[in-house]
Amino acid sequence: MASGVKPRVKVPKSASAGEVVTLKTLISHPMESGQRKDKDGSLIPRSIINRFTCDFNGQNVIDVKMEPAISTNPYFEFEALVPEAGEFTFTWYDDDGSTYTDTKPIEIV
Amino acid sequence: LALGAMALTVLPFRANASVDDLIAEFTGGADLADSGVDLTAPEIAENGNTVPISVDAPGASEILVLAAGNPTPAVATFAFGPLAGSRMASTRIRLAGTQEVIAVAKLEDGTFARAAKTVKVTIGGCGG
Amino acid sequence: GNWARLAAQQRLTQDDLLAMPAFGNVSLIHITDIHAQLKPIYFREPSVNIGVGGNRGEVPHLTGAEFRKMYGIEDGSPSHYALSSGDFTALARGYGRVGGMDRVATVVKQIRSERPDALLLDGGDTWHGSYTCYQTAGQDCVNVMNLLKPDAMTFHWEFTLGSDRVREIVEGLPFAALGQNIFDAEWDEPAELFQPYKFFERGGVKIAVIGQAFPYMPIANPSWMFPEYSFGIRDERMQDMVDEVRAGGAELVVVLSHNGFDVDKKMAEKVTGIDVLLSGHTHDALPEPVLVGETIIIASGSNGKFVSRVDLDVQGGRMMGFRHKLIPIFSDVIAPDPEMTALIDAQRAPYADQLSEVIGHTDTTLYRRGNFNGTWDDLICDALLTQRDAQIALSPGVRWGPSLLEGDPITREDLWNVTSMSYPEAYRSEMTGEFLKIVLEDVADNIFNPDPYYQQGGDMVRVGGLSYRIDVTAPAGQRVSEMTLLRTGEAIDPAKSYTVAGWASVNEGTEGPPIWDVVESHIRSLGRVQLGENTSVEVVGA
Ligand SMILES: [Mn+2]
Ligand SMILES: [Mn+2]
Repeated sequence: MASGVKPRVKVPKSASAGEVVTLKTLISHPMESGQRKDKDGSLIPRSIINRFTCDFNGQNVIDVKMEPAISTNPYFEFEALVPEAGEFTFTWYDDDGSTYTDTKPIEIV
Repeated sequence: LALGAMALTVLPFRANASVDDLIAEFTGGADLADSGVDLTAPEIAENGNTVPISVDAPGASEILVLAAGNPTPAVATFAFGPLAGSRMASTRIRLAGTQEVIAVAKLEDGTFARAAKTVKVTIGGCGG
Repeated sequence: GNWARLAAQQRLTQDDLLAMPAFGNVSLIHITDIHAQLKPIYFREPSVNIGVGGNRGEVPHLTGAEFRKMYGIEDGSPSHYALSSGDFTALARGYGRVGGMDRVATVVKQIRSERPDALLLDGGDTWHGSYTCYQTAGQDCVNVMNLLKPDAMTFHWEFTLGSDRVREIVEGLPFAALGQNIFDAEWDEPAELFQPYKFFERGGVKIAVIGQAFPYMPIANPSWMFPEYSFGIRDERMQDMVDEVRAGGAELVVVLSHNGFDVDKKMAEKVTGIDVLLSGHTHDALPEPVLVGETIIIASGSNGKFVSRVDLDVQGGRMMGFRHKLIPIFSDVIAPDPEMTALIDAQRAPYADQLSEVIGHTDTTLYRRGNFNGTWDDLICDALLTQRDAQIALSPGVRWGPSLLEGDPITREDLWNVTSMSYPEAYRSEMTGEFLKIVLEDVADNIFNPDPYYQQGGDMVRVGGLSYRIDVTAPAGQRVSEMTLLRTGEAIDPAKSYTVAGWASVNEGTEGPPIWDVVESHIRSLGRVQLGENTSVEVVGA
């Protein structure tokens, strides 16, 4: 697992049923592209997050296939439909097999 | 005026052959409409290592993003699920020099749309 | 001849300079790009300012006699001296220095005595550009501006004080710090420290002032000094802000901008509903507003040389008419405001000996402004070549920096006025011919790209030891040719490495002595500065 990987998400605390809300996510990760060379001139092996998903109460919001051209500390912003109260689950999939997860509840008002 | 930008090749790149391959793979060779997907990117990148882009294609199930001038043009593919609130997404990407960023949307009616925007990656310096 | 000029100057009075029959119900006062010039200075306007694309031949891309013809300005008149190039040294001797924030204070007070509700708006590039500004990390300028009591400001070079210092100052400002395009870089959300706009109730009119900071800060200046922030033109958000303030009852929408003139023109075309756009950054001074659609654009010069007054008649939520006056600050004609003089002098007192030390004399009028070389930059490039033992010198095409007249002493203050910045290291490094070409092409495209949104508002990088030809109409990457090493007369070889000295690199960790030490050593070794005509850049397509 890449060290110091820390997900952060911004989700509104509440919404009305059927509302569309904006979500933002950041995860600290070097996104080593596999194209950089170290001081000795040898290629630094690729090590990136290759997939990001967001689900709400088990249903998918967005599923992103990520390539090495995604910047360090990947950022995503997108919109989700909130049909009912529940929980968002955010998952990042690392090349090394690790997954990082964050969850955020949302209330209906 | 920057020196370390030597690592960047600033000259515009020629479209990489694999851009066409990647698009063909995504579309199955279907025609691309000129409207139907919006791609937002800055005219000039503040930093070529982290260029904000947004794609928005109402009615899209998936949007493919490519950077035509990168050594490897693939950037990301956004697939929208049943609870997507819109068919919009933003992220930050790496651009190895001034080049065209391309978005191709697969619309729910089975057609495809394409948009492109040139982003300048500059050495900078100087000013008023 | 000189007689007529001196007579003209004697006839010039403060009342003449300030007189403007009051009009309408709202007054705006605009100052911008002061670059820490608290005392009167000389400032030569450019003789080369090329417009490209749709701005070819349009103001502010007219200079000298063409500019005077456009505005009906008589040769040798005060307006000739203040607004255009040509006969600069002689006119400067006749008309004297310009600017001085104590003179600006007099003008502001006078306008406020006639129009107590006038809004004073500062377009930025205020806390940068002098010895005392550098030594006090901007505090001298902050103190002076606080006494002048602006209602709002926006930003550019201020950020080169570093984001911690900017936060410290902005948190204590007794007026609005505006920038609708200043964003938190991490979450891409409006930065909390800066408001996009502020409402004012003046003259019975609800006025919204929207700020627009310099869009290309992290490119033109070192982004590592303010990594928390992102900028950009963000004209769609500007439209949202205009719509928002209109919906909030704004009867007059003013944009206080640091975009640069051509960028402002394009933004005024794209964004509807802006009544008055106060333009800064490119240091243009225009005696009349430029009209784009229903927006008037005001350009108020730089270095404290001008104050713009705009009177507006606003009725029923509409701008019905305007009167405008670009007031040149002739420092011998406008009486200094004693309170401001005392404050400025108190700021300078601890540094008096350093400021006034004469380090040489110049037999050539020294100036900077212009798309290509200015004599100040020729001197700086010579200093880099000799003091840093380089084949080629590069000096940034910044637009700030006052002028000195031939015969003048050069004090340390004068030298710092054209070099002071927070990243002054004079580097020395190897660059290939190929990379030098990339540098020149890249900077050229920042000036001569026909789309104003790609222009960063500086001038061309100045070169020493190198000549080249530039076709300003050619596409990006193909403008520069015939690059020649002056020392040998040989063509620059893309594959060969050259020793290059320069300064103001935007890269973190750049090493070298500060540029002012390099130039001071050079001037001291010369004693008297004498510069020949610089013919190293051949411009075509202008
Ligand atoms: Mn300026
Ligand atoms: Mn500026």
